Parts: sequence; C-alpha cells; structure tokens
Amino acid sequence: MRSTYAVFKREVKAYFTLPIAYVMMGGLLLIVGLLYYLSFHWFLNMSFEAMRNPTMASDLDISSMVVGATISTIGVVSVFTLPLLTMRLWAEEKRAGTVELLLTFPLSDTSIVLGKFLAGLAVYMVFLLLSACYPLLAGLYAKLDPGPILAGYLGTLLLGATLFALGFLCSTWTENQIVACALAWAGFLFFWLIGHAAEFAGGDFGKILTQLSFAKHHENFAKGIIETQDVAYFVLATVFCLFLTLRSIESTRWRG
Amino acid sequence: MIEVDHLSKYYGPVTAIRDLSFSVAQGEILGFLGPNGAGKTTTMRILTGFMPASSGRALVAGYDVFTQALEVRRRVGYLPENVPLYPEMTVSGYLHFVAEVKGIASRRERLHHVGSLMELCGVHEMQRRLIGNLSKGYRQRVGLAQALLNDPPVLILDEPTVGLDPRQIIDIRQTIKNLRQNHTVILSTHILPEVGMTCDRVVIINGGQVVAVDTPDNLTERTQPYRAVSLEVQGPEEAILAHLQGLPGILNVAKNGASPSGATLYTLSTTKERDMRAEIAQAVVQQGWQLLELRAVRLSLEEVFVQLVTEEGETHA
Repeated sequence: MRSTYAVFKREVKAYFTLPIAYVMMGGLLLIVGLLYYLSFHWFLNMSFEAMRNPTMASDLDISSMVVGATISTIGVVSVFTLPLLTMRLWAEEKRAGTVELLLTFPLSDTSIVLGKFLAGLAVYMVFLLLSACYPLLAGLYAKLDPGPILAGYLGTLLLGATLFALGFLCSTWTENQIVACALAWAGFLFFWLIGHAAEFAGGDFGKILTQLSFAKHHENFAKGIIETQDVAYFVLATVFCLFLTLRSIESTRWRG
Repeated sequence: MIEVDHLSKYYGPVTAIRDLSFSVAQGEILGFLGPNGAGKTTTMRILTGFMPASSGRALVAGYDVFTQALEVRRRVGYLPENVPLYPEMTVSGYLHFVAEVKGIASRRERLHHVGSLMELCGVHEMQRRLIGNLSKGYRQRVGLAQALLNDPPVLILDEPTVGLDPRQIIDIRQTIKNLRQNHTVILSTHILPEVGMTCDRVVIINGGQVVAVDTPDNLTERTQPYRAVSLEVQGPEEAILAHLQGLPGILNVAKNGASPSGATLYTLSTTKERDMRAEIAQAVVQQGWQLLELRAVRLSLEEVFVQLVTEEGETHA
C-alpha cells in the first residue's frame, strides 16, 4: 500500500514537472471551452426563436442541450488526447532503462501498475474538476439539476479509467512512446466507433458490437442515466486491461 | 550468502549463461570479470530478481531469487551498468522516492538515511540539482547512494567506477572496501587492477561459463607456466648471458634493455618447481659482477585474464 503510494506520488510529480499535465489540461480545456461556447451560443439562438414561437420553449432544456452535450464532448476529446498521457507510462521507463531499477526495488508488479494507473487517473480527475467550470458558468444563468451533471462526470471518469488502462497496456508493448501513442489511439477509436459497425452488422452480432462500444455506454451517463450495465462495462474493461498490463510486464521480465 | 547453482539463461536461441555455479560468503567482496558479452550483466540481473533464469537456482541471503523475489529484492542493493535514473527528478527527491519504495516508513528516518548517504557518496552539494543535468560521475554516485539505501546486506554493483575521475575512483573503492564488514558485495569491472585492490575473490566467466574462481593472488600464481625473475647487473653482457644460461633450472635468459644507471636488465624464466633467486644472486656475485637489482616478476591480472579467456576461446573453437 505504501509502495503503491510512493510510485503514485512520483508519477504525479513527473506529470507536472515534465509539464505534460499542464500542456494537456490547457489544450483540453481550450477545446472543450470552445465547443461549450458554440453549444451555448446555439442554445441562446434557440431561446430567441422560442420567444417568438412559444410552443418550442417547452423543448428547451439547458441541462441536456448545453451541459449534457459538453460532457459528451469531454468524452470525445478524451479519446483523442489521453494517449498523450498514457504513452509514457511504461515506454519511457523501458527506453531510459529505469525499468531495470524499478523492477528490482522491493515492489510487487501490482503496486507498480496500480501506482502508475492511479497517478494518470488523478491527473485526469484534476482536468475533470477544472472542466466543471463550464457547467458552473451555465449554472449562473439557469437553474441546473446537479444529478445528471454528476452522473455525466461519473461516466466520464469511468471512461477515462478504461482509456487509461488500455493506453497503459499499449505502452507496455513498446519502448517507443510514439508507437505507444499510435497504438492507444487505434485502440480507443476502435472501441469508440465499433458501435457504428453494428448498424451494418445487424442482428445479434450487431447487438454485441453495440455493447462493446465506449460511446454507447458513455452516452447514457451524459444523459444523466446511471445504469448498472454501463458501470459494470467500464469497471470490467478497466480491470481486464490492467490485468493484461500486469501479464505484459511479467513477460517483459522473462524476455529481459 | 549468495549461492548460484547451475544457472542458465537463454534469450531465444542465444545462450547468455550456461550452467553457471559459484558462491559468495558473508562479508566477502567478489570480483566478477569477463569480456563483453560474457554474461556478467545477465547473471547480475538474475541475482537481483529483475529477470528469472531459464534453469538452475540462485539463493540470495537464503531466499530463492525466483520464488521469493520480493524477499530477495528487500535485501539487495543494485547499481545497474548504465545507472538509469529519472532525469526530471532532483537528487534528493529521487533518493527520498527510493527510500520510500524500500520501505523506510517514517519521514524523519528517510531524511536521516538520505542525508547521511548523500554525505557518504559526495552528492550533498548537488541535492537540489536535476539528475538530468548531472555529470556521469555524479550520476554514478547517486546510483551508488540509491543502492546503499536501507542498508541492504547484499550489494550488486555493475561497473561501479566507470566514468569517474581517478580521485573519485579511489574514494568509491575505499567506500566499497569499508562496506566489507557487514555487506556481501559482487562487483563487475573492466579495470583489472581494481579487482586486485578491492576483491577477496574473483570469478572469471567467458562465453557464459565460469573459467576460474580464486583469490587474485592464487590466480596469478596458478596461471603462470614458469617463474620469472628480473635482474639488473653491471658487467660484460655476453659473458653474463652465457653464464646465466648455463645454470641448472634456468629455462631462458633474455636481455631486456638498459637501466637508467647504465647497467643491463635481464629477464630470466626459471623452473616452476623452486625459487631460484638465491642461486642466481650467488652466481652473479661470485663472478664479480655487480648485482643492482633482483626481483620476482608476477603475471599481472590482465595477463591472467587474457590467458584464461583466450584458452577458453581456443578450446571452444
């Protein structure tokens, strides 16, 4: 437990001293902010329309149309940017040779993997907290229901955990960070877009494909719905990827 | 303290070490010699629990390096060859991290340990610097400091003096010697005189196999095919050569240039059975020549090493 914490602390510090974390968060907040501005602007236009056409007004809902949309956006943007955080987790250690010392310290492989994974996730949580400024801004002008927002954030955190675990796995396969990044991107996009293939596959196979998709499970959260199957999906996917990461590190040991 | 028993390691079709066996007693400093690619680093990596062996067994401090890897790692300080440290950390930040990982629980104890080791390894004035900005010598010392953290009973040092200046080399050697009382040390090196100076025993490996295990002195003695004597005499060269050649037990006499004092130097090889120095001295003095110097010449460890390693290579070829 203590050793996991030591690894965790070192990794978090590394994210902030290497300044990867600052650059990532800055970029993410900028992109999410821009998209948030656009959806807010669109909502304003719709509201003006509604003043002339009161039947439309009942359909207007800032919680789902602006805040929900922004949370969906955070999910999409994470898919594109998280590989930049995960690529270094193991590839960098391998390239620099520091893995040799790390693996001869009195640490179990599990505590190394957990420490690194939680460190990445902590950085992501800081980003999520900062991104909460957008819903809060909307809250200044309208009465927001906090329930769906919290649900949305929970879903995004779970999505982030899964992406991190998958990215970590990709990072153990290579000592080149760019390769690790590209692999993670391919993996993320594959599982993000696989739901679309379902439309063509159809039938039971289509259903399986839909269930495998990140996007489909994240969607419910963004709408403010917490479903057991969605939570289970992300938790199981995360645990499975971390398990594979452990096995992959073990195999690195054997190959030397 | 360390038992290596028929250890082998294959990387796919490549054999790194084959059927390696040796042991190290408590409190001993063992020199680990071998040409590049002989399997030194592989052996050390197995002993530190970094990688498992393909077959065979190794015990460190009574624990199996494979089945009880964590127990072994708790008792081993390791300095890898290229000293891989995190460049973005400061010296003191890094050492505190290692101290925490090695299980020094309280903050006060960590401060104490890290502080005294930085003092011992001479990196105290560098503690706020980023490791990435340090010279090779300082990085080497930070590496040694992290190996020594938490006072492990076994130290495995892969070329600890590489990249240091002569002054630092002497310091580090002294530090290692001082560890002898309560530590068991395996150190690999390319600098052969270093072995003679610091190590109690030497293991020479070549092509993944042990070719010799002994004390440095015994090794030089054993490998030498004859005794050699160096002689400095003032007198007629031809007569001296002829006379010495005639002595029983002398295998060969060769002129070896002139000494600064104007006398001539000779190298004699004598039979290995007995020490002939007294007879030679007597023979020279009886002839009325002036004997200025007479001493036994020993093979240097370099020569022993080259001899053992090439012999081995030839029998393999």
